[in-house]
Amino acid sequence: MCLAIPARVISLEDQNMAEVDIMGVSRHVSLDLVPEAHEDDYVLVHAGFAIQVVDEQYAEETLELLKELDIADIELEALEPEGT
Amino acid sequence: MRQERILLAHGSGGTMMRELIEDVFVHDFSDELLTGLDDAASLDIPAGRLAFSTDTYVVNPLFFPGGDIGRLAVCGTVNDVCTAGATPLYLSVGFVLEEGFPIEDLRRILVSMRDSAAEAGVHIVTGDTKVVEKGHGDGVYVNTAGVGVIPEGRTLSASHCTPGDKVLLSGTLGDHGIAVISTREGLSFETDIRTDAAPLNAMVAAVLEAAPGTRCFRDPTRGGLASTLNELASASGVSITVTETDVPVHRQVRGACEMLGYDVFQVANEGKMVAVVPADEAKPALAAMHGSPYGEDAAIVGEVAEGPPGKVYVHTAFGAKRIMDMLVGEQLPRIC
Amino acid sequence: MDLDGFRDPGVARSVIQAIHDTATSPVKLMEVCGTHTVAIAKHGLREVMPETITLLSGPGCPVCVTSNSDIDTAIEFGKQPDVIVTTFGDMMKVPGSYSSLSQEKADGRDIRVVYSPLDALDIAEKNAEAHVVFIGVGFETTVPVIASAIQQAGRRGIENFSVFSAHKTVPEALRALVDDPDVAVGGFILPGHVSTIIGLEPYRFLAEEYGVPSVITGFEPVDVLQGVYMLAKQVAEGRAEVEVAYTRAVPPEGNPAAVAKMNEVFEPCNAEWRGIGVIPGTGLSIREEYARYDALVRVPVTPPEPKEVKGCQCGEVLRGVTLPFECKLFGRACTPEHPVGPCMVSSEGSCAAYYRYTDYGKSP
Repeated sequence: MCLAIPARVISLEDQNMAEVDIMGVSRHVSLDLVPEAHEDDYVLVHAGFAIQVVDEQYAEETLELLKELDIADIELEALEPEGT
Repeated sequence: MRQERILLAHGSGGTMMRELIEDVFVHDFSDELLTGLDDAASLDIPAGRLAFSTDTYVVNPLFFPGGDIGRLAVCGTVNDVCTAGATPLYLSVGFVLEEGFPIEDLRRILVSMRDSAAEAGVHIVTGDTKVVEKGHGDGVYVNTAGVGVIPEGRTLSASHCTPGDKVLLSGTLGDHGIAVISTREGLSFETDIRTDAAPLNAMVAAVLEAAPGTRCFRDPTRGGLASTLNELASASGVSITVTETDVPVHRQVRGACEMLGYDVFQVANEGKMVAVVPADEAKPALAAMHGSPYGEDAAIVGEVAEGPPGKVYVHTAFGAKRIMDMLVGEQLPRIC
Repeated sequence: MDLDGFRDPGVARSVIQAIHDTATSPVKLMEVCGTHTVAIAKHGLREVMPETITLLSGPGCPVCVTSNSDIDTAIEFGKQPDVIVTTFGDMMKVPGSYSSLSQEKADGRDIRVVYSPLDALDIAEKNAEAHVVFIGVGFETTVPVIASAIQQAGRRGIENFSVFSAHKTVPEALRALVDDPDVAVGGFILPGHVSTIIGLEPYRFLAEEYGVPSVITGFEPVDVLQGVYMLAKQVAEGRAEVEVAYTRAVPPEGNPAAVAKMNEVFEPCNAEWRGIGVIPGTGLSIREEYARYDALVRVPVTPPEPKEVKGCQCGEVLRGVTLPFECKLFGRACTPEHPVGPCMVSSEGSCAAYYRYTDYGKSP
């Protein structure tokens, strides 16, 4: 139940809608579930709705760490959220 | 032609039908070999074996980005004929029109067919039309049948694929299927993707000139590349492996497939050819494709091996192998 | 933002090596999301695992676990006069007791596939003389979407629209799995997109009450490998925690606004999971205040007596007790062309994924 893809918010529209871009394909989606999303944010799109904002910094950090995994046994605790 | 819409009378064989044929079909097709006066066309054919193909087009919507049912109907049959290694020559067209269908839309389709036929260098030489009651047709259904001639000594066959052969694909996958689905109710999204429908006979001729040992051609229409390769592997009793990263796909087509949960290997194409070619002729064949306006993105995408017979595999980006399975039923957008 | 890195073979190789180095003792890991089933099969990830790791598929395909009688009910809606049934594509080919939505459509019923429930609202607006029923299936990833659609129907004054709620929730189903003596799982690959909504907390009990490690995992090939690596690491270090691999999409609190909407429109109830039975508290029904958007209220139907197919082992497959190709019907009586049970027909059912992407069990 999990097909959601990252899309970039191109522009905000009224009625809590937005135009988003998925690899050059554009669609109108509802921001009802993520009203705080801004232009240029990346959001996860599922069934015509944005369901979460994608955190670019976490994305970069994760990739950096994974690339290094076979070089050094780096703890991934740095990525664990507070209070886990 | 005074009417704006097709009426049942247009199919009844009387004066209104005569008017439809003369003023609309013959006029718009404007083909010197099509007079509309004879029930059968009498034609000259060069020496060789006859290749003969037919297909019926029921696409909905009739008009989609970059094309329409008319262009599909001409290009589809031209392409089928040339997969036999034939030079396509003549087409027949058959129409089933729904009562109430706008004549203006019909004319758009006919002009599109005329232009596609001219581009392919084929003649529309005979045709037929019938009208059905409103509600009994989807606007228009088109059948085209095409004949061509295969030069002496040439036999292409799906059963000729041999271990070691290379599999070539003439361009990007999935354009047609995605262009059509972008217009469907309930699935709308905006994209620049247009249908790839095109007549490929010139390109096929160029490939055969550069690579006379070519085993076969196939156009990956319904069911996409997956259906085509599975058919070839079965017919020849070999296995085929495709290297995922070598397959050309437009970024937007990838995006649309991701959004809808589609497998791009199963999406329909209307202007692409798969060619199976002996390894030592692969480079010249590829160069011939690149020389065609419809083959700019051509690539060598896979290889034929011994077996297991009938199996098609994908070599994924991670060095793992998985099966490229055939479509069952139609692809439906999913959320899972 | 460049997300292609999560498909990068070079990055993948690094994680695969780390998995091999870490997973020194045998462990069974279960993924509970059909999208993970497909991702693993499509990218051939089983092949790159060390021998010590077995990847099992659990009941994570909400379409697969939809009960026969729910599908029969969906079909009954289609038989009512002036009703347009709208559904996600996933549901079309799943067999109910006697038929499927796809068969019904072939028989002339007005059944339409949509990508979003908002498309169903548009259909309702354009077809004022008909009543549009939306077949609501899905886990917590999808429920807030449906909840929002129902509320938007209210705002737009669309009265000829209702939802048949066959939705299910994941956490209590996981509890049923770990309680099941036949199921022996050493760690859970948790569904990334369900978690993007519900966050970490609902899974805590796995670690604290059952001592089972779990990792919230994304769906790109590198994401799945990272999830497996983190689980292997927990197992090797004797830890049992709820960790997040999919940090870019899952804040620990999930999406509280979406959860709030879900709870405004829906309330928990019992649900029958096909092949497993009733799992208390895992269903969602539409609250009283929104009864006018409840299809069971607006279009009362009586589905026929449900009927299960003999020999179908979907239940065991869904619990990871039987592997797809171990089912006696797999590849013989049950194939994608003529499926017996939902695992084979759903695009992300375990059996379909095995059948499509591997050689297991297929007759030569």
